[in-house]
Amino acid sequence: MMEHLLTRSLDRAATTFILVVAGCGILIPLSNLLLPAGSMFQVPTYLVALWGKYVCYAILALSIDLIWGYCGILSLGHGAFFALGGYAMGMYLMRQIGSRGVYGNPILPDFMVFLNYPKLPWYWHGFDMFWFAALMVLLVPGLLAFCFGWLAFRSRVTGVYLSIITQAMTYALLLAFFRNDFGFGGNNGLTDFKDILGFNVQAEGTRAALFALSCLTLIVAFVVCRAVVTSKLGKVLIAIRDAESRTRFIGYRVESYKLFVFTLSACMAGVAGALYVPQVGIINPSEFAPGNSIEAVIWVAVGGRGTLVGAALGAIVVNYAKTFFTSGLLAPYWLFMLGALFILVTLLLPRGIVGTYNDWMQSFRAQRATAAAEASAAREDGISEPKMAE
Amino acid sequence: MFRNVLDRLRALALAAVLIVFALPALAGPFEDAVGKFATDDFSDTEDAVGEIAGSGNPLAFPIISALQDERLMFDADSKKVYIKQRDGKAIDAATGASVDGIPDSASVVRLNNRLRRSVEAALGGLTLLSPDAATRITAAQSVFKSHEEAALPTVESALAKETNRTAKQALSEARAAIVLFKPDASDNDKLEAIATIRARGDQEAMALLTSVGTDQPPLVARAAAAAISSIQSNLALWSMVQNAWYGLSLGSVLLLAAIGLAITFGVMGVINMAHGEMVMLGAYTTFVVQEVIRTRYPGLFDYSLLIAVPLAFLFAGAVGVLIERSIIRFLYGRPLETLLATWGLSLVLQQAVRTVFGPTNREVGNPSWMSGAFELGQITITYNRLWILCFTLAVFAILLLMLRFTALGLQMRAVTQNRRMAASMGIATSRVDALTFGLGSGIAGIAGVALSQIDNVSPNLGQSYIIDSFMVVVFGGVGNLWGTLVGAFSLGIANKFLEPVAGAVLGKIAILVLIILFIQKRPRGLFALKGRAVEA
Repeated sequence: MMEHLLTRSLDRAATTFILVVAGCGILIPLSNLLLPAGSMFQVPTYLVALWGKYVCYAILALSIDLIWGYCGILSLGHGAFFALGGYAMGMYLMRQIGSRGVYGNPILPDFMVFLNYPKLPWYWHGFDMFWFAALMVLLVPGLLAFCFGWLAFRSRVTGVYLSIITQAMTYALLLAFFRNDFGFGGNNGLTDFKDILGFNVQAEGTRAALFALSCLTLIVAFVVCRAVVTSKLGKVLIAIRDAESRTRFIGYRVESYKLFVFTLSACMAGVAGALYVPQVGIINPSEFAPGNSIEAVIWVAVGGRGTLVGAALGAIVVNYAKTFFTSGLLAPYWLFMLGALFILVTLLLPRGIVGTYNDWMQSFRAQRATAAAEASAAREDGISEPKMAE
Repeated sequence: MFRNVLDRLRALALAAVLIVFALPALAGPFEDAVGKFATDDFSDTEDAVGEIAGSGNPLAFPIISALQDERLMFDADSKKVYIKQRDGKAIDAATGASVDGIPDSASVVRLNNRLRRSVEAALGGLTLLSPDAATRITAAQSVFKSHEEAALPTVESALAKETNRTAKQALSEARAAIVLFKPDASDNDKLEAIATIRARGDQEAMALLTSVGTDQPPLVARAAAAAISSIQSNLALWSMVQNAWYGLSLGSVLLLAAIGLAITFGVMGVINMAHGEMVMLGAYTTFVVQEVIRTRYPGLFDYSLLIAVPLAFLFAGAVGVLIERSIIRFLYGRPLETLLATWGLSLVLQQAVRTVFGPTNREVGNPSWMSGAFELGQITITYNRLWILCFTLAVFAILLLMLRFTALGLQMRAVTQNRRMAASMGIATSRVDALTFGLGSGIAGIAGVALSQIDNVSPNLGQSYIIDSFMVVVFGGVGNLWGTLVGAFSLGIANKFLEPVAGAVLGKIAILVLIILFIQKRPRGLFALKGRAVEA
């Protein structure tokens, strides 16, 4: 009975979430495109791009929540998968520039001409085709996560050890991508994009479409995560989170479950990065910075780990706060606030916003149920009393 | 008005001194040599340079350096040579007397490339006779490199009266270099020269021997080839030694940064991402101590580090106890949450330091006993690196002894091994936790004092060490100080040996990848604790 109630309430939350995201995904682009500029309800283009960025972060947060909230794997290197997806998309966008670059080379991107590359490096081939780049957006982070996870989970690297080596992984990638001879534009990264699928990336219509697409991807990612966590597989994942050794002794191959969910999560992060790059207009190695990945973890913690909706909500709330505070007089205090957020959330709100809300609702319902039961018992008593009296 | 008169008097006095100085040379060969500049002929000019350089006249240096800078003028009609000084005034090159102006008909003494070389050599030769030994050595080095034959007489005369041992050696090497390239030197002289150069045994000696060429007599050529290969293998050996030294030095820095972490993470199991910030606080303590000393007690500057070490320990330790009491004790048993909370803490501490001290690097000076370097064979060892290595080992030894022989150490180990049993025996576990965390943080503070000597003191100081320190602790094995020691030095040395092969950044990436692979093989590090406690 109780379980049924819980799933139904979560389902309602999930439906509400999907409806809200879909509503935003339709209404914001429409208001941006159809309403006249300066109208009260018109969303300016810069806000569409900004919110599009938040939606991408929300997808990243979902992918972290899937492994941390449901499987207990705290990855401090998810920013690496995000950035790899972003680089794959960035490479496609670079190839689309063609001869419109500063140096006008039809094949080589500007930075390669500048750095005297004789020809296109082999790993840049194929990125002129969108389908190939889209495949790589999934494949590159997925493969890295698969290899990394296969090595790590098989030798039972867990807990903080895993967190630290994921951090080392993203740090190593950060160092590598900063190098000019690595072939990804060094510390300038990839930028100055022109077209995506033949549409100008700067154009309002493209931005609105990208925003709508990001919202759609968020919904799809959310549904996928829901499907995973509510299935039997999801139950095993929760079991691994709560008692890994016990689950192994019962007979589940813990490594395979972890590997699957880790790879899936990395692919999601890659997609988020791929959507992020055309909306922001640049991808550079600072996306690999370990600090970014840890910040993404705190979005999930703020929203509530193990709730999915909370992760997305946390990403949007924290990033909105970041934009709000870093652009005003309070800018020097933003890091104090972010740091305090880390400390206070872990100390005082370990279940996050949505988790705490769910707890309240649950105890509220339980109270109401007991109250109702007591009332009905009292009524029965009231009814039965005369009988007793009889 | 008065000042003007004084200036004029001074100029007069100077002119008088110059005249007195120049008098003995008036009719001598020096004047004839100077006169050769006026013929506007390259070979005469070369003769003049050689003669003037060998004359020992005090005007020799100004003349030849003026020639080099194209400030030496001659008047073909009067056969007079003038030096145009940098302030625009002119003096007569032969006498040193100041003249009112250079005639309009005068023109610059011209140089060609060959002359320029002999001018440089002559200038080098002139400084060979300088009274300052360091100048003589530098001059000898430059002669060694240029091996200009014109400098040979000067080198030989300098060598004859040289008393300083280092300078003497430098001069004899310079002489050997000249002899080796002198076309008319005998084979025996050349062989002797090769032996001298071979004994020098560095990169420059090898370059010199390589440039001798093949047109030498077979005996000399063979000796040169043998010397080259001997120097080569010698250099390879020294570069190994150098890499090992750099590795030890890097290892000591890593150990210093990681040793506090080995206590908090290794002994207590608390993952403290703000550990790097404790290092930073120690470095800033040093900065504050030095500022106070600079403004109040400048005489104490050499003791600034000795004063800063206990202060940094106490300050960082106190901050550590505060953190443990206010945040970490609520998070025991939840390592992932501890990680996030301490990361947040590190952001706050960084920003706090940035607000107080500003975002830029602060200047922390080296005391005199830590600056400078000495040569050991072909490698240079800087005193600050050497001191840091000694200091690190001392801190490590003290910590080890403390854990082994003091009551607090005993209690710490007891709490680590079995918290509930320790509590049953009457140990105040929460007090021990706070003190252990304080100890780890305090040692990080001490590390900050040492690192302030070799790194930039900025709010980001700690961040650059945190990942490396974690790698050291994880690689060495958690809960074992010896593991941290071995881990730090092997990572440091491996890093420095990979660097010349793969480059600094790729070397670092390779190390990270190797550690990631290593953890697959030994998930609990090199020196893993055995037993059931590990699985908890």
